[in-house]
Amino acid sequence: MSHRELDDMLGTGWRKPHFVRNPVLRWGLIAGFVAYLIAAYMTIEVDWGRVYEGLDRGWQFVLAFTKPDFVSRAGDIWEGLLESIVMTVAASVVGILISIPIGLGAARNIAPLPVYVICRGIVAVSRALQEIIVAILLVAIFGFGPLAGFLTLSFATIGFLSKLLAEDIESMDKVQAEAIKASGAKWMQWINYGVQPQVMPRLVGLSMYRIDINFRESAILGLVGAGGIGATLNTAFDRYEYDTAAAILILIIGIVMTLEYLSGVIRARVQ
Amino acid sequence: MPVLEKEGTQVWRRRTRGEALWRWFGWLIGVAVFAVCWQQISASTTWFFVWDAPRIADDIWTRATPPRWEYITQLGRPIWDTLNIATLGTLIALFLAVPVAFLAARNTTPSTLFVRPIALLIIVSTRSINSLIWALLLIAIIGPGVFAGVIAIAIRSIGFCAKLLYEAIEEIDHGQVEAITATGASRWQVMAYGIVPQIMPAFAGVAVFRWDINIRESTVLGLVGAGGIGLQLSSSLNVLAWPQVSLILLVILGAVVISEWVSAKVRGAII
Repeated sequence: MSHRELDDMLGTGWRKPHFVRNPVLRWGLIAGFVAYLIAAYMTIEVDWGRVYEGLDRGWQFVLAFTKPDFVSRAGDIWEGLLESIVMTVAASVVGILISIPIGLGAARNIAPLPVYVICRGIVAVSRALQEIIVAILLVAIFGFGPLAGFLTLSFATIGFLSKLLAEDIESMDKVQAEAIKASGAKWMQWINYGVQPQVMPRLVGLSMYRIDINFRESAILGLVGAGGIGATLNTAFDRYEYDTAAAILILIIGIVMTLEYLSGVIRARVQ
Repeated sequence: MPVLEKEGTQVWRRRTRGEALWRWFGWLIGVAVFAVCWQQISASTTWFFVWDAPRIADDIWTRATPPRWEYITQLGRPIWDTLNIATLGTLIALFLAVPVAFLAARNTTPSTLFVRPIALLIIVSTRSINSLIWALLLIAIIGPGVFAGVIAIAIRSIGFCAKLLYEAIEEIDHGQVEAITATGASRWQVMAYGIVPQIMPAFAGVAVFRWDINIRESTVLGLVGAGGIGLQLSSSLNVLAWPQVSLILLVILGAVVISEWVSAKVRGAII
């Protein structure tokens, strides 16, 4: 700030600078936003009477959390939960195994252009399609059951893990890889000793994170018939058995928290 | 460094014998678990359908192409609903996430012993349950419709937004807060002038990021009856109107790509 500017500002009160500097843009954004809110509010139909009626049921559901019923549907819950876990484990293993070569192929500093384009294409397709839509299509093709869920989760894992792995490889330290190459290593040895040690900690961390996500997603795949705890949960809601639904939700939250804690411990150890 | 004595010469090894055995044992257990999981999936799969899958996939493909383009005239309202669910849900979530984040951050929480664990519990429990499950629950409580979708998206986003926000709050520069405190500012003034300006960019980034994710999620909320374009998808699937399904999937794909582009642009402008 020059002297002149400082002199001009002396004696005038200070005002907070605005988040968006340009006043035209700022007021434009605010006006557009208000207009949108009004339009949105006008078009949403809310049956307040129905909502008011539902408050009672909502309260019952909250109460159900204080006395969740693990017992009366224990068989169904156990079966669904086991199926979810089985799907998660199998899909994570297969997904990670497939995403490593695709991740290598999607890193520009390792792969030749044609391989790069193909692998990036696979990643883009897998990321653009949501799990539940993939699950619907796969259920239509392969029939009901955990196989469709397993394939869905594997497919989603590939998009997630390959992209992040490729980004990590692209930002790796070139010197180490070059040193290995200079020692006369073959391609496999180059990857194994020059690249893999650099990306391994992150790969382990991301894999743990993805297992966590896969379990969470496996809980909803049952809604469209792709196996797992979702079907049991859906039935519990449909029959207004809130105590059973509360029990299932508590189990899901508990498992997710355990997984998150475990992945935190493992990530702290490898990094 | 483990060294093996072999016929008088020393041979370098990467691990001691004990370590190698443990590793081998770990891999054995891992492979065994995967085998058991795969067996479970395989046991509950009708393999006849799977062998038949290529024919079914081909059949669906021929039915679904070309998409029924004139159906798009009926999709205007559902798309508007989807946009509303995502935007209003994000707004409500942000309103609720800000106080939760301040209560959860180590440096702003009034009490680390009582308040912080509660805030963290809210964050974990809202985050670990998918928005489809929240929608299922809310439909049982307040009835189907756009409103249930808005609330479902809002609840699901609280944990996500609050988590990222409280991490941003914990990372602020303490010097600025101290400077404001030294002027004799009250607790609220310290927040408004010392903390809020520092987390504003993070806040805007989180808002746009979550909005992008919510557009994705709200496209499928209709599958359980919570409004939006998913409702059309579900009814088209129920009557096996594959040309309509393929058009809806294309529209969803377009929405996802556009929202991702918008979010990337806005975040690029902020940071």
